[in-house]
Amino acid sequence: MKQHSGALGRLATLKQLAHRFAFLSLVMASFALMLLGKADTALVERIRLSVSDAVAPILDVMSRPAGTIAEVVSAVRELATLRAENVRLRDENSKLMHWQAAARQLDNENRALHIQLNFIPDPDPSFITTRVIDDTGGAFVHSMLINSGSRDGVRKGQAVIAGEVMVGRIMEVGQRSARVLLLTDINSHIPVMLETSRAKAILTGDNSDRPRLNMLSPNSNAAPGDRVVTSGHGGAFPPGVPLGVVSSVQDGVVRVEPFVHRHKLEYVTVVDYGLAGILPSDAAAASEGHDR
Amino acid sequence: MKGSLLQRMDLWVRHLLPFGLTLLLVLLQAMPTRLPGFAAVAPMLPLIGVYYWSIHRPDLLPAPVAFVLALVNDIIAGTPLGVTPLVYLMVLGMTGSQRRFFLGKPFLVAWWGFALVASAAMAVEWALVSMIFGHMLEPHAVLFELIMTVSFYPLLSWFFARTQLALLRPA
Repeated sequence: MKQHSGALGRLATLKQLAHRFAFLSLVMASFALMLLGKADTALVERIRLSVSDAVAPILDVMSRPAGTIAEVVSAVRELATLRAENVRLRDENSKLMHWQAAARQLDNENRALHIQLNFIPDPDPSFITTRVIDDTGGAFVHSMLINSGSRDGVRKGQAVIAGEVMVGRIMEVGQRSARVLLLTDINSHIPVMLETSRAKAILTGDNSDRPRLNMLSPNSNAAPGDRVVTSGHGGAFPPGVPLGVVSSVQDGVVRVEPFVHRHKLEYVTVVDYGLAGILPSDAAAASEGHDR
Repeated sequence: MKGSLLQRMDLWVRHLLPFGLTLLLVLLQAMPTRLPGFAAVAPMLPLIGVYYWSIHRPDLLPAPVAFVLALVNDIIAGTPLGVTPLVYLMVLGMTGSQRRFFLGKPFLVAWWGFALVASAAMAVEWALVSMIFGHMLEPHAVLFELIMTVSFYPLLSWFFARTQLALLRPA
């Protein structure tokens, strides 16, 4: 009996040791994954994408009720403010009619000048409009998954817009899903300029909802209310896509309030401007080049 | 004989509950909420699942299962791969050593325990992500996320407790 319990005890100790060993090796595996993610991004990216492709249909189904609920809520809210909204819209419409006239005139003038200068226009962009299926949120990363991937023509580095305003850029592309890096993320750097003064800068996210302007020349006199648009430098995005307005200038730190409202993003548009992009390390693009 | 097989299947499915519910939280957390300002402080819901089950049924949420859940969470949320697995393993380690203390204690003690564990988890995640990105992340947002996560604990732990009572025996 004593022997028996001794054997059992040994077995229990062995089991506990095995547990400890498994636990420790999992901890090591976590560290290894982090290192691997820093060193060999291509491999880690492939792992990420195969899983996110697999869960994309589930996320797609789950994201639909949220959209419906939001629609119902906003419909009720709109009903309450219908009259005031009507007055506002009529007012805005008359203002916009004025702008339309001005825009038509400028458009004609612009076309005439283009012809005179023998101007080579930028290639026409192509669009893919797609659903946002995952917006996990949280303090660490600002990104979302969309429901289109390489089979729909989404490529790494393409610009993502909603309406007319910039949302971010494509960071990873799977078969049927892709990850959008929002312009507020800490890893987002977008070449921009102030619309009126044409002063160049880099819009850098810091995971707050007000990204900052870096590398702005000190005599550019940025003031709150200045519109910020993409500059088109680096070949990633075309020039002139609106991003936001300068919200504060404090101790040389210029912060920008983006036009995009993250919670309103149900559909986004991936735009292919036919530009090479700033991400030459795109494995997919490289292999395509080989095929040709 | 058939009955026993059915019984075994039934038990097997029931034993998948902690994994399944925590996975559901991972997916639920990914749902776009369309609430203004919510995304920036969205709570880390799966952490609540990992904490609850590692105290009440640690046999059904062993380290390898938590590891897999965390990997899926990293991939869906877009956090650097390997960060959440380490955080969850740390939570398992913390609750594993203090389990006897938490079991059978009033709810407030469990909540307080979760606040401690979640603070440690967030701090570690903050340090790891900051290190990997090479930038110090704003601690403000992390603090808000922590507060949100802790305030979601009562609701979810109530739900887990009901499920456990209905479908699983206490360990």
